[in-house]
Amino acid sequence: MTNLRKPGFVLGLIVIALAIVASLAPQLLATHDPFESVATDRLLPPSAQYLFGTDNLGRDLYSRVIYGAALSLLSASLAVVVGVVVGAVVGLISGFVGGRTDFIIMRFVDVLIAVPGVLLALIVVASLGFGPVSLALGVGLGAAGSFARVMRSQVLRIRSEEYVEAARTLGVRSPAILVQHVLPNAARPVIAMAALEMGTAILSVSALTFLGFGAPPPAPEWGALVSAGRDYVATNPGLSIIPGAVILVVVLAVNRVARAIGGDE
Amino acid sequence: MIEHGSGAKAGSGAKAPAATSDADDNILVVRDLYVSYATRSGSVAAVRGISFVVPRGKIVAIVGESGSGKSTTSQALIRRLASGGRIDSGSIEFEGRDLGPMSERELRSIRGGRIGFVPQDPSKSLNPLMRVGDQIAEALRLHLKLDKAAAATEAVRILDEVGLPDPDARATQFPHELSGGMRQRVLIGIAWACNPQLVIADEPTSALDVTVQRHVLDNIDELVRRHNTSVVLVTHDLAVAADRADYVAVMSNGEIVEQGTTEQVLSSPTHEYTKKLVESAPGLASRRLTPSLTALGEQQQSSAGKLFTHTRRAQPAGLAAASGVAASAASNGADSAEATNILEVSNLVKTFALRRQGGGSQVLRAVDDVSFVVPRGSTFSIVGESGSGKTTTARIAARIASADSGTVTFDGTDVTSLSGEALRQLRRRVQVVYQNPFGSLDPKMSIEKIIAEPLRAFRVGDRTHRAEVARELLEHVSLSPSLAQRRPTELSGGQRQRVAIARSLAIGPELIVLDEPVSALDVSVQEQILQLLVDLQVQFGLSYLFISHDLGVIRQISDHIAVMRFGKVLEAGTAGDVMSNPQHEYTRELLAAIPGQRAV
Repeated sequence: MTNLRKPGFVLGLIVIALAIVASLAPQLLATHDPFESVATDRLLPPSAQYLFGTDNLGRDLYSRVIYGAALSLLSASLAVVVGVVVGAVVGLISGFVGGRTDFIIMRFVDVLIAVPGVLLALIVVASLGFGPVSLALGVGLGAAGSFARVMRSQVLRIRSEEYVEAARTLGVRSPAILVQHVLPNAARPVIAMAALEMGTAILSVSALTFLGFGAPPPAPEWGALVSAGRDYVATNPGLSIIPGAVILVVVLAVNRVARAIGGDE
Repeated sequence: MIEHGSGAKAGSGAKAPAATSDADDNILVVRDLYVSYATRSGSVAAVRGISFVVPRGKIVAIVGESGSGKSTTSQALIRRLASGGRIDSGSIEFEGRDLGPMSERELRSIRGGRIGFVPQDPSKSLNPLMRVGDQIAEALRLHLKLDKAAAATEAVRILDEVGLPDPDARATQFPHELSGGMRQRVLIGIAWACNPQLVIADEPTSALDVTVQRHVLDNIDELVRRHNTSVVLVTHDLAVAADRADYVAVMSNGEIVEQGTTEQVLSSPTHEYTKKLVESAPGLASRRLTPSLTALGEQQQSSAGKLFTHTRRAQPAGLAAASGVAASAASNGADSAEATNILEVSNLVKTFALRRQGGGSQVLRAVDDVSFVVPRGSTFSIVGESGSGKTTTARIAARIASADSGTVTFDGTDVTSLSGEALRQLRRRVQVVYQNPFGSLDPKMSIEKIIAEPLRAFRVGDRTHRAEVARELLEHVSLSPSLAQRRPTELSGGQRQRVAIARSLAIGPELIVLDEPVSALDVSVQEQILQLLVDLQVQFGLSYLFISHDLGVIRQISDHIAVMRFGKVLEAGTAGDVMSNPQHEYTRELLAAIPGQRAV
């Protein structure tokens, strides 16, 4: 693994590992209860006791950021899974069946790609109701179009490979060819793209929660934290900047590692 | 031509020009060249201290099998090594100047203009998005500064010169619309477009038909004479070298093991490797291969306890129940017994539409009223050049493609219009082995899974049974069962083709369609695979429909031969008749074009 010798990659891995721990077992990293307000400790600057300071209700910002990881990262992961699964299935069918089916599906995908992802997510959230799950669905569907295109191009390439024709002349049925030959050989570029999409999804989810489409207020989602800090930007800019910086660092780390996975060096 | 490091050949070159004295007559002088490739596990030496010269106006052949370092040598000559490759030491003097220290910029003016290069792989060396005429015109405009119209006209002339039929229409086509042979001809056209002093041809004719090969090689001979061009001809085919080269250098393991004039090397090879190479060249001496003794022994041996043979025995009964083919055969009544001819093909016609320059289209009759029969248990071969329709015919016969008209009768049953499940059931009895063992095996699958795939598709046995059958089949094709868990990328071309053959045997077919099964392989490997096919035929009572462009190969395996050209069967008969008493002019031409006759 030559990647492990690159400091950027290692740093990215560490950040991702921390983020995963934070989302699965936040109590290991948090120093306070994220919902407990201490009336006397409102709007404190960062200190040894409160690493990121406290918010207007006297809650520990560091612990809220840690507890927020679960909502942010799980919505983003769900979004990527939705995007990959929907996109891959659509692309697979489109590329493998071909002809008129392919044409109709791909025109639909063109429309999907033409609509900005955030707008599409807004439409989905507006019709399904607010909340992290519908948000993830929206963001995922927004990404599905590009996954469908990548998958389709892979399938078109592999469909004309000789081993696919060989499988057919061996007597293998079409669904089996799809699962045993086309899918394994088409997977790699799609997986690499999914890893890259993770960073984008974290950003989209945070942006939409910032706008108030995600989890309702008491929940410490990252975008919501940035949003909550808006009112105190003049006096306590850290309340918005610190959660924002956390989003930035995690997205950078995910992208750095994703690029290495995709072999795009 | 020789200045061997050890000096072993120094005294032998009475006819070879002495390299040191008249250096002016040598367009290229290579001294003590070392090339290595950087890999993960360190550096691997590919070329280890070779020296040779190329006299002006002469053809020097570098002969060797894959992995011998001959292609690396040809790439090193114009400093176009694959990534990771580097010239460690030695010098390459072209017209008295060392190319080693030369700048990339200077080299660029030499490459393409004064040194032409014919690359090895015709499928990857052309831009898939450009019409082939434009690709030749590009070279002409770059180096000869022709204007657009003149370049286009010249490109068509060049296409004609390298033997492409209908060059006007072909010039407007894209590379994927041309066969591999035609693409290589386009590349040869590009290399010679600018009248270079030296042409480095890396396997230039391996993908070409024999008569076209001869045509192209004649063409090269003519260019060499007219322009005093020198050629470095890299080839695995000793027969081609024998016919064409003035000097031969034989490479093995990165070293030149023997070099001298063609006569010296071929008539009295001194090195062990050269002797072996001379023996296995199909064009130089060949006959119908006979089954080896072990194969005959196995045929008589009791098959009890043999899993795979057991599968074969049990198979016809299961087939009759499941297969629409067998069921309809039974209902016909007449054909309940085995037909004497496993395959009968009559009046096949298949047409394709060709685009023409300036719009409109032309109908190409790829298969034009073709009929033949394949007697059970024998090998029927179709020989022809690219564009002859032999592969299309085979694909229709194997029911991969469908014909416009005509019928395909398998074992007494009309299978012409089978589709869906009935067609799938036909695969139990008809299997196909493809030309390219690198493309026909899924790179993500283990060898065991690949071989067992037909069994799995027809739900024969459980997982462990299939694994055992796969291992047994590996032994049948003379591969170690320890390869079972490997992936195709870890195997050589010959090994892969053995795997492909094992896979085609797995379900116990009666007819195997072999589409150029050995043409992608080294000569010495070719003969091994042909021998394997002959042995398996006797062991399992197989019938073969064998497609090849190479009469040398055909001669080694066929019982009956059909000669095809332009979609028509020109001549058909027993192998002996066609080979020794050809009736059609074209067959005689094909026979005359088999390389290596100068040496015999």
